[in-house]
Amino acid sequence: MLKQLEGSHAVAEAIALCRPEVICAYPISPQTHIVEHCGELVREGAMGSCEYMNVESEFAALSACIGSSACGARTYTATASQGLLYMAEAVYNASGLGLPIVMTVANRAIGAPINIWNDHTDSMSMRDAGWIQLFAETNQEALDLHIQAFRIAEQLSQPVMVCMDGFILTHAYERVDMPTQEQVDAFLPPYQPQQILDPANPYSIGAMVGPEAFTEVRYLAHEKQLQALDVIPAIAAEFEQIFGRSSGGLIREYRTDDAETIVVTLGSVAGTVKDVVDEMRDAGDRIGVVTIGSFRPFPTAELRAVLKAAKRVVVLEKSLAVGFGGVVANNIHMALHHTDIPVHTVVAGLGGRPITMPSLHKLFAEAQEDKLQDTQFLDLQHDIVNAELARQRALIGSGPTAESILRNIQADTAYGGASAQPAE
Amino acid sequence: MPDIKDLSPDQKVKFYQKGTFTVGNRLVDADARAVQASMERTNAITSGHRACQGCGEALGARYALDTAMRATGGDMIAANATGCLEVFTTPYPETSWQMPWMHSLFGNAPAVASGMQAAMKAKGRSTRIIAQGGDGGTVDIGFGCLSGMFERNDDVLYICYDNEAYMNTGVQRSGATPGGARTATTMPAGEAYPGNVFGTGKNLPRIAMAHNIPYVATASVAYLQDLEAKVEKAMQVHGARYIHVYVPCPLGWGCASHATINLARLVVETGFFPLFEAEHGRVTQTRPIRQRIPIEEYLKPQRRFAHLFKSEAGREAIAKLQAMCDHNIVEYDLLRADKETIR
Ligand SMILES: Cc1ncc(C[n+]2csc(CCOP(=O)(O)OP(=O)(O)O)c2C)c(N)n1
Ligand code: SF4
Ligand SMILES: [Mg+2]
Repeated sequence: MLKQLEGSHAVAEAIALCRPEVICAYPISPQTHIVEHCGELVREGAMGSCEYMNVESEFAALSACIGSSACGARTYTATASQGLLYMAEAVYNASGLGLPIVMTVANRAIGAPINIWNDHTDSMSMRDAGWIQLFAETNQEALDLHIQAFRIAEQLSQPVMVCMDGFILTHAYERVDMPTQEQVDAFLPPYQPQQILDPANPYSIGAMVGPEAFTEVRYLAHEKQLQALDVIPAIAAEFEQIFGRSSGGLIREYRTDDAETIVVTLGSVAGTVKDVVDEMRDAGDRIGVVTIGSFRPFPTAELRAVLKAAKRVVVLEKSLAVGFGGVVANNIHMALHHTDIPVHTVVAGLGGRPITMPSLHKLFAEAQEDKLQDTQFLDLQHDIVNAELARQRALIGSGPTAESILRNIQADTAYGGASAQPAE
Repeated sequence: MPDIKDLSPDQKVKFYQKGTFTVGNRLVDADARAVQASMERTNAITSGHRACQGCGEALGARYALDTAMRATGGDMIAANATGCLEVFTTPYPETSWQMPWMHSLFGNAPAVASGMQAAMKAKGRSTRIIAQGGDGGTVDIGFGCLSGMFERNDDVLYICYDNEAYMNTGVQRSGATPGGARTATTMPAGEAYPGNVFGTGKNLPRIAMAHNIPYVATASVAYLQDLEAKVEKAMQVHGARYIHVYVPCPLGWGCASHATINLARLVVETGFFPLFEAEHGRVTQTRPIRQRIPIEEYLKPQRRFAHLFKSEAGREAIAKLQAMCDHNIVEYDLLRADKETIR
């Protein structure tokens, strides 16, 4: 059924259709509307006997999910940013124990400086935590991915993180096609746990494992992720059969045929990139885009197969590995390590900075002319950075960086001053 | 619900000390035996674990969980915090747990248990949930999760085994370590520093009571029947419940392994660790002291307090510890004439 919904509400309704038994979360922007609406739906009786727990922290939220999942309950949570970091120990624990919890991450920057807006640094900080990480491009896909996520998680007995851009998707009202309960029931059977705490058949879960077996246990977790490289597309194909639309999968190509430049990206910005690609194609540029749907497992072979025909690859990502450069780009480098195709890292959209079509046009035009550096920051205001650096050089005890920059930007805009003055 | 007897058919308890009263006299008729001597008693934590000799935590956990198993007909699940109890019971491929048991992390056992009881509610099952941890896992790193579990009145019994330090990592100070005690991180250094600082303390049973949860109790492994009665009572109640069990640790305290029970008795008889029960935030029962004993008697057998007897600052510390006992004796009216509540 077509509905005009906020992204968060679309996700919450999709969760309800998945018949979870326990939902436990802790509020943080921009995830709040998802968990608020889940709570509403539980209270309205839309989720049967589902237990909705309000707890005192994200660490407790995911820990409670660990307990309920180990008791054989289909379990859901959602978080973002600081919340994901606050639960970090439990994030690794849930995957280490092989518990098929589904968690939405409403992607948001990590502080300091505190910032509630969108980028991917939060999910990327957990990229090696053993969770499957799916990235949604649109609200429709976010909705669909949650339904697929329970299938993938329960089939592999591994947790799945569905990443959707905070505000850009979570707070956007869009038309979505909401599946029926019958469709979801046909696609998602009741949860049959691989392991369960049951007095009728008691066993211990979570024992200490020493050097004699730790490598094997961890290798098996890796092996499960490799299996997911087959499971994710298979489930996406099955989803398409039942729901009549294509969603999810490992990667998505757009106008990559004969492309000289291929842009690799993930999340909602893919829409803007495609618009720019369309305009450039109209102007005769051979450019295309690949969107990564599954960041973990990383579809190395699939990406290599597509990217190897390009002359250059531009990775546009909303994350920064401080002291190194790109996070996604690093993975793309790995996929192309046996080729000499240049991979350019473009760090963009940090802390919610808009990624605009004019900026992308300029960026991709430079790419086409091989003028890009290895790593660049889209729309970085060099004058502000240089002024702050100069100020720090000039003053011992120059004070906090973020606050100084904010003061100088304000001084610039208020008084039209060209250069920032050292704070006294 | 499975019958307890079906849970572990080959796990009948073996009694090694025939004819003694240590585990009850199994030579008397079956109906005259103490619960400890019943061949039908459950065996939540079976023998063969790796605890040190004389470990109070192993003893306390076994009696507490066996009682809970009896009270629930074996229909229960436990969440365990990281710590000695977790480590010494699960040297895989061996596990001591004859019941469904899970260890997740050091600081999250109360939250894991909350999730378990939510799952049981959602599934309409009556399986009961117990969470347990050491003093570190309870009063320090798991404190936030525990308070949340209390405040929501989740249907969980949480049992803290208090050996007054982080034993599993090599005897470092915890928020439950008494003033003056030597630990690996509170080494005494002359007159200036006689062991652990005297802060304001962190009385978790009292903090639990401040949440107005239905049941709070303290217990000591010197009084096993009292511990059993308290666990039994806790299992008759629904909602958040808390039992704080005093469990000597020969390794961490530097005492003989045969001193465990005596120290667990002295700590009560000195007034240092009062035994009581509380319901909905009010003390309902206390265990009066039979014979008042000075704190030195309790401190002397433990090397963690040996330095206190060697300096002026140490003697001041002992005086402070005695003052804490005196305060408890008044606060809980431990020297009153009626001794009815003695179990
Ligand atoms: C987050 C975290 N911090 C520290 C540790 C290390 N650690 C494991 S057990 C433990 C102390 C346990 O002390 P307590 O809870 O009192 O239990 P005990 O071993 O004394 O029975 C510590 C510090 C850990 N496992 N996880
Ligand atoms: S160190 Fe202490 S608590 Fe740990 S097993 Fe030994 S006696 Fe028990
Ligand atoms: Mg301890």
